[in-house]
Amino acid sequence: MSTPILAQFMAELLSGRVKLVDLTQTLTPEFPIIQLPPEFGQAWPFRIEEISRYDERGPAWYWNNFSMSEHTGTHFDAPIHWISGKDQPDNAVDSIPVENFIASACVIDVSAECAENPDFLLTVEYVKAWEEKHGRIPERAWVLMRTDWSKRAMPKEYLNMAEDGAHSPGPDAEVVPWLIQERNVHGFGTESVGTDAGQAHHLNPPYPCHYFMHGNNRYGLQCLTNLDLLPPQGAVIFAAPLKIRNGSGSPLRVLALTPTV
Amino acid sequence: MTEPLVKPKKKNPVLRTRLATLPPVPRSRTALGLTRAAAEGVFEMQVCADCGTVQYPPREVCGSCLSEHLAWKPVDNRGELIATTTLRHSNDLYFRERLPWRVGTVKMAAGPSVVAHVHEDCAEGGSVRLTLKLDRSGQAVLHALPEKDTPNMNDAPQLRESTCDPKFRRVLVTDGKSATGMAVAKAMLEAGANAVFLGDASTWKTVPAFDKLVASDPRLQVVELDVTDTDSVDRLAASIGGKVEILVNTADYLRDGGILNRKDVNLARDAMEVNVLGLMRLAQAFGPGMCFRAADGSNNAVAWVNILSIHAHAALPARGAWSASKAAALSLSHTLRAELRGAGVRVMNVFPGPVDEEWEQLTPPPKIAPSGLAKAIVKGLQDGVEDLYVGDIAEELRTRLRENHKAVERELGQ
Repeated sequence: MSTPILAQFMAELLSGRVKLVDLTQTLTPEFPIIQLPPEFGQAWPFRIEEISRYDERGPAWYWNNFSMSEHTGTHFDAPIHWISGKDQPDNAVDSIPVENFIASACVIDVSAECAENPDFLLTVEYVKAWEEKHGRIPERAWVLMRTDWSKRAMPKEYLNMAEDGAHSPGPDAEVVPWLIQERNVHGFGTESVGTDAGQAHHLNPPYPCHYFMHGNNRYGLQCLTNLDLLPPQGAVIFAAPLKIRNGSGSPLRVLALTPTV
Repeated sequence: MTEPLVKPKKKNPVLRTRLATLPPVPRSRTALGLTRAAAEGVFEMQVCADCGTVQYPPREVCGSCLSEHLAWKPVDNRGELIATTTLRHSNDLYFRERLPWRVGTVKMAAGPSVVAHVHEDCAEGGSVRLTLKLDRSGQAVLHALPEKDTPNMNDAPQLRESTCDPKFRRVLVTDGKSATGMAVAKAMLEAGANAVFLGDASTWKTVPAFDKLVASDPRLQVVELDVTDTDSVDRLAASIGGKVEILVNTADYLRDGGILNRKDVNLARDAMEVNVLGLMRLAQAFGPGMCFRAADGSNNAVAWVNILSIHAHAALPARGAWSASKAAALSLSHTLRAELRGAGVRVMNVFPGPVDEEWEQLTPPPKIAPSGLAKAIVKGLQDGVEDLYVGDIAEELRTRLRENHKAVERELGQ
C-alpha cells in the first residue's frame, strides 16, 4: 500500500508546502449587514451578551450568548435562500451533501477595475480573457471574485450607500448562467455584503447571481476576505455551514488550502 | 436681580468630586399628593368639598370643618411674601453645602400661609407666585417666585436645584439622526447647552438634514451609538459618560401591525431591542456615571429623559408590539427612577401623541411637529417636571383614561 493520501496531505501541511488561509471576517457587532428597504424584514446583525466572565455570574468560566441572522458576517447561501431554488433537492444547509463543502477555487482578480468603478460587473468576456491567462475553470469549482472590497473602511465605504442605493461590484446577468452551463461551477463568492452587485436589483433578472446559482442548486459565499492571498487557480476551499434545520444559509469559517510554491 | 450663571470652567481633574446628598425625603402618604402635582407641573392643593377651605399642609380632615372630603384641585398660586430669612447654618448635609438658603412665609390669596423656598428676586412684603417643584430627593417643595419673570431668574442656584435646565449642560441625544433627535438637539442648543452629543447608529447612511445640522454649530458632536449593541453603548459611556449631564433617549423603533397579522415575532423583538433593552443598556452604561456627577458643580448631571408615547398607557392595537414595547419601557423607567433618585438624578418621561415623522405618515392630524416636541422637552426640563404629556391627543387620552379606561381600550381597538 502506498503512503496514505491523508498522511501525505498532513505532511505537506506541517512542512508548510500547503498553507491554510482564513477567508473569514471576524464577527463583531459593527460588521455591516445587507440593508433592505426599511419596510421589509431585516437580518439581525451580530450581537453578543456576556453570560459570565470569571465573576459572580459564573466564577470559573467565561462565555457569551450571541444572536445573528443566517446571513450575517462571512456566510454561506444555500439554494433554498432564493425563490428560484426553493424546490431543488437537498437545498438547505442541513441537507446539502457534505462532499459539497470542499471544492477547488478560481480567484478572478478584478480589484483594479473595482477601484476605478464600484459598480463593476464581471462579464463572460472578462472570464474568457482570464481563462486565456490562467487556464479553464475546472468543473465544480468555486468562482471567487477578488475585489479588495474587504479592505474598504467599514461600514461606510464597504456598503457604499448613495441616494440610489448601494454601489458594489458583482457578476452581470449573462456570466452567471454561462458559468453554470459552460463551466458547471460549484458556486460564486464575493468580498462584498452579497454575491450580487449593489445595484443588482436593476439587472434582468434582478439579483442574477442569487437567481441563477440557487435556481441551479449552486451555492454562494460572501463577506470573504484575504482573497488576495490565493492563487488564481489551485486553492481548495473548506466551507461547511452550520447544520440548521431547513436553514437558508449560515455564518461559517471559510478556510482555503493553498500551495506555497 | 439674579446674577447670570457663568459658563462652568473645565473641571479640575485632581479635586475630589462632590458626591450627591439629598434634602430630607420623608413625607406622609397624603403629602405625596403635592409630589404628584409637582411631578406633573401643576399647582394643586386639597380643597374641602364641604366648606371650600384650601388646606396646607396636606391632611386627612379639613382644618376648618373636620370634613373628610378633601380633593386635590388647582388653586390660586398668588400670595404675599410676609417674612423671609436667610439660613447661614444647617446641620443637614444637603443644605450645609448650599448655604446661604433663603426661606420665607407666604400668605396665599387662597387662604393658607405656607413656608417656601424664596427666590432671590422676591422682595419682602411684595407679591409672589408660588410653584410646586420637585427637589433633588424627588419630593415636592414650594418655591416662591417673583410675580413676573425677572432676567436670568432660572439661573438662581436655589431654583436650579429644583430644575434640570439645559443651560451650560452637556446633552446626549441617543438617536441624533431621527427627526425628533435632530429637533431635540436644536432645542438644546437654543436653550444654551454647552455641548450636544448626537448618537448615530447608521454611519453608513447619509442624511442631508443631519449633515447640515452637524455643520451648523460647533457644540454638536456626532458619536457612534447603537442601543441594540451592548458593546457600542459601553464604549460610548467609557469615552463620554463623565460628560453627560442630560440624556435624552430618542431611540425608537416604530412599525405598524397588530399581533395576529404576522407569523413571526421579529418586528416585536426588534422593537423590544431598541425601545426596552436599549433603554436598559443605556441605563447600565450611563446611569452610574451620572449618579457620580449628580452634585458636581453648576453643570451637574441632572436628568434622564425617555421619549415614550401616550400608548405606553393604552395600547394602540394597530401597533401592538410597539405599544407593548413602550409600556415595558414605561415600567423600566419607574425602576430607573427609583435607582437614580438616590443621587437626585431626575427621570422625565415624555408621553407624546403621534409625531409628524416618516413612520406616522398615514396617521391623520393632529400630529406634533418634532420641533414642538423638542421645545416641550426643554420646557419640561426647565420646569423640572417628571411626567410630560405633549400634544392634544396625549392630553385627551390622559384625561379619558382617568374617566373610563375601558372606553379608551374599546375605542383604540376600533
